[in-house]
Amino acid sequence: MDLIIRALFAALLVGCGAAAPTQPTLEKVPVPLDPAVAVEPATFLAPIEPGRPTLIVNATLLTAGEETPRIEHGWIRLRDGLIASMGPSPAPKAETGERVVDGQGKFVTPGLIDTHSHLGVYARPGVWAHSDGNEMTNPITAGVRAEEAFWPQDPGIQRAVEGGVTTIQVLPGSGNLMGGRGVVLKLHPRRSTRAMRFPGAKDALKMACGENPKRVYGKHRKSMPMSRMGNIYLMRDKWIAARRYQNEWDEWRKNPKKKEGDKIISVKPPKRVLVLETLSKVLAGEILVHIHCYRADEMLLQLKLADEFGFSVRSFHHAVEAYKIRDVLAEKGVSVSTWADWWGFKIEAHDAIEQNLALIDEAGARAILHTDSAEGIQRMNQEAAKAFYAGVHAGVPVTESQALRWITANPAWALGVDGQVGTLEVGKMADVVLWNRHPFSVYAEAEKVFIDGRLRHDTGASQKAPWSDFEVAQ
Amino acid sequence: MNGILLALIALVGADVHLGDGEVIRDAKILIDGEKITAVGRQVTLPKGTTVIDVGGKVITAGLIDPATTLGLVEISGVAASNDADAGGDPIRAAQRAVDSYNPQSVVIPIQRAHGVTTVLTAHRGGLIGGQAAVYNLEGSEPIVAPAGLTASMGGRGGGARGRSVVKLREVLDDARQYSRRKGDYERNRARSFAASRLDLEALLPVLDGSIPLFLSVNRRSDIRTALGLAREFGIRLVIVGGAEAWQEAAALAAAKVPVILDPVANQPAHFDALHTRGDAAVRLTKAGVTVALSTFSAHSVRKLRQWAGNAVRAGLSHSDALAAVTRNPAQILGLANRGEIAVGQIADLVIWSGDPFELSTRVEALYIKGRTVSLKHRQQALFERYRSVPIRR
Repeated sequence: MDLIIRALFAALLVGCGAAAPTQPTLEKVPVPLDPAVAVEPATFLAPIEPGRPTLIVNATLLTAGEETPRIEHGWIRLRDGLIASMGPSPAPKAETGERVVDGQGKFVTPGLIDTHSHLGVYARPGVWAHSDGNEMTNPITAGVRAEEAFWPQDPGIQRAVEGGVTTIQVLPGSGNLMGGRGVVLKLHPRRSTRAMRFPGAKDALKMACGENPKRVYGKHRKSMPMSRMGNIYLMRDKWIAARRYQNEWDEWRKNPKKKEGDKIISVKPPKRVLVLETLSKVLAGEILVHIHCYRADEMLLQLKLADEFGFSVRSFHHAVEAYKIRDVLAEKGVSVSTWADWWGFKIEAHDAIEQNLALIDEAGARAILHTDSAEGIQRMNQEAAKAFYAGVHAGVPVTESQALRWITANPAWALGVDGQVGTLEVGKMADVVLWNRHPFSVYAEAEKVFIDGRLRHDTGASQKAPWSDFEVAQ
Repeated sequence: MNGILLALIALVGADVHLGDGEVIRDAKILIDGEKITAVGRQVTLPKGTTVIDVGGKVITAGLIDPATTLGLVEISGVAASNDADAGGDPIRAAQRAVDSYNPQSVVIPIQRAHGVTTVLTAHRGGLIGGQAAVYNLEGSEPIVAPAGLTASMGGRGGGARGRSVVKLREVLDDARQYSRRKGDYERNRARSFAASRLDLEALLPVLDGSIPLFLSVNRRSDIRTALGLAREFGIRLVIVGGAEAWQEAAALAAAKVPVILDPVANQPAHFDALHTRGDAAVRLTKAGVTVALSTFSAHSVRKLRQWAGNAVRAGLSHSDALAAVTRNPAQILGLANRGEIAVGQIADLVIWSGDPFELSTRVEALYIKGRTVSLKHRQQALFERYRSVPIRR
C-alpha cells in the first residue's frame, strides 16, 4: 500500500479524535509530485472503536508461537485493541470495567487467517450480478483491484468470523494469468472495503498458471494463451515491459528536470500504465506475489521467471503437488497455501495427497491451510486438524503447535503482517478466539471472537443481528 | 487375509455402535460369510472361529452416502472421464447409472478409506436425470439398480420454474397413460408422448411406487409443489438438498418424506436457498423427518464422517448423526439389511480408532460383505513414492 494512503489514513483517524490503537501512527508526509504514487483519498473511514478491556482467565493458550506454544491455565488481557499482557496462572486481578471471561476447559488461539478468499468478490447469493472476481476480458489485468469489487455486505463475512477468522486476503480469481491486486482485510462489519483494510498491509499480485487461463482464452475464445507456452510467453512479455517501465520511472525520479539551453525545465514524467504499475511495485517489493499453481513443474517454472526478473514468490496457492518439490520451496523461502483434501476437479489437481501440508512443514517450508471457499473458511480449524492427523497417521513428524501455525502465524507471514497478528504475543493486535474445546476437535466452536479487541462474535449473545443488510427481514 | 473369505470371524473387544442409539462396550461381533450372526457382550464363539482382537476400538456399520456421483466421474474437468451430466434433452429417465459406473475408478478407494462402504450414485442435471444405483465400494455389481429416479425442480436450471413443473407433470402423466395404453402405443394408436418409450418405461416403477423419486429441490414453495405432485401421482418422494425443507418439517413428517441434506450448508448461497440453516438436520429430526446426510460429490465422499461431526456441532445428537449416515440412508435406499449392526445384517463394518466423527480418528479396518477391504489407494501410493525427495528413479 502506498505510504501516502497510510499517512492519510492515520491523519484522518487522528482528526477524528478517537484512539485508534491498531492503526500505525505515521507522520503526515508531503504528497510527492510523482503521479505513479497518486494520492488515493481515504474517504469515509471511521475509526474502529477500541473494545471493552477484557481479561480471559483459566484457559489453555495455544499461542502459535515457536518458543512457548502452549500455556496451561493461562490468562490473556486485551486492551486498546492490543494484547496487553498474558501468562500462566495466577491471573492478575480484574480491573474496574474490565470484562472477565472464564476460560475453564477452553482454548485461546490467535484469530485465524485465510490467504485465499473470494468473499465479497463472489458474494452470496451466488448470482451473476455478484460475480466480480475475474475480469476475464484480457489474460493480463494486473491493474484491477479486488478491493474495488469487494462487497462488504456479503453474508459470508459474518459466518467466517463465527468460524474464528479475523483476517483474510481477498484475491481476484484465476481466470487470468495476472488477475489483479488482492487486498488484506480485517473482518469488521464496515460500510466500505477501504475501512476494512488491514492497516499497512501490502497488496498482493494474484497470478495463475496452468489450465484456467488457457481454458478461458484458448479453449473458449481461440485467443492467447491457448497453451502453457502461451501462459509463460505472456507473463515474460509483461515482466520485460514492467522492468522497462520501472527503469523509465527511476530515470525520471532521478532527473525530473533538465537543462535546455540556459533554462532548467521540468521533464514530462512517463505515462502511468496501471498494469505495469502493479508489476513494477512487485519488482520493488511493495506488492507480494501469490500464484495459483497446482503442478510441481509449473511452480518451478514460476520460480525461474522470478529469478529471471528479480522478484520473489510469497506463496504458491492450491499447490497440490508442492510435496514433490518441498525441498526447493523450503530453500527458496516460498510458502504454500493449500487445502487439506480438496482435489480431483481437474487433471492438474489429480495428484493431491492428504499429507501435503505435513510434508511441506517437515521439509522446513511454510505450510498454510487456505480455503478458497465460503464454506471451508468456516472450518479452518477442522481442515488444519485433518491435514495434521493425516500427517501423524502416516508417520510424518509434525506437531500440533506447528499445525496451528498453518492457520495463524504462517498465513500472517504470507500476507506480510506477521509483526502484528498470527500469534498470541504481547503488543500484537488483539485478534483472539476463545474455543469451547480444543480447536482440532470437529465439535469445537469459536465461542468468542475478538478483532482488534472488539468482541465481534459471541455464542452467548442472546440475539444475533445479521451483519449483512441482505439478511435483514429476509 | 485381505480378500479371503473366512467362514467365521469374531471381532472382539470394541465399543459397538449398533446404529439405533445403543452402544455395547467390549462387545463381540460374529460374522458368518457375508452376514452378522451374533452381536453382544455374551456371544459364544463356535470352534474354528477366527478371533480378531479389536479391543479399545469403535465399530459402526459402514457409512452410506445416498447422493453421490462416485464412479461416474474420474476427473471433473476432463470431459472424457466425466459421465455425471450428459446434457441435452432434459428428460433422461432411461439413462442408467449402472451403464456409466466405473468400479476401477481411483476415486473409489480414496473414499472408502474414510469409512464409507455404500453409496447411491446417479447422473446429475436435466429435469429427470436418470436411474440411480446403489453400490458397495468394492466390486462391480450394484446392490440395487434401479434404486430410484433422480429429478430436479427449482430456479437454477434456467427458464421459468413453472414451465419445468409443467414438463414434469406432463411426462409423469404421459408415463401413466403409456402404462395404461401400451398396446395402443405399440400399434401406433396412441397420441404422441412428451418422452421416448424408454424414458416412459423408466418412469413406471416410480409411478407404481416400487422405487422412489430423488428430487433435488431447495425452495420452500417448490417443496410444497413437489409434495403436491407426489400426492397427485402416488410417488414415493425423497427430498434431496432441501435447503429450506426445515420450513416444511411438519408436512414432510406427515407425508413420511425423507430429506437428504448437506449439514454444513448454512448460507443464502442462491435464491432457492435464502433460508438455509446450519441446524436444519436438528429441526427436521425433531419434527420426525428421516434425515440422511450427503456430501453430494464424488471426490469428497470421504468427508461424510466430518460432515456428521458438524451436524453434531450444530446440535444433532451423536446417535442421530450416526443414524443419518448409516441407518437412515439405508432405509431411504431400501437397504433392509444394511445400516445397522444386528443379527442378519450384511457385515459392512468400520473399525475406527476412536469416535468415528473426530478428526483425530482413523479407519483401522473395513469390512464389506464380511471381507476385509484394502485401505490402500492412489494418494497413499503417491505419498509413499514421495516420502523422501528428490525421489530415486
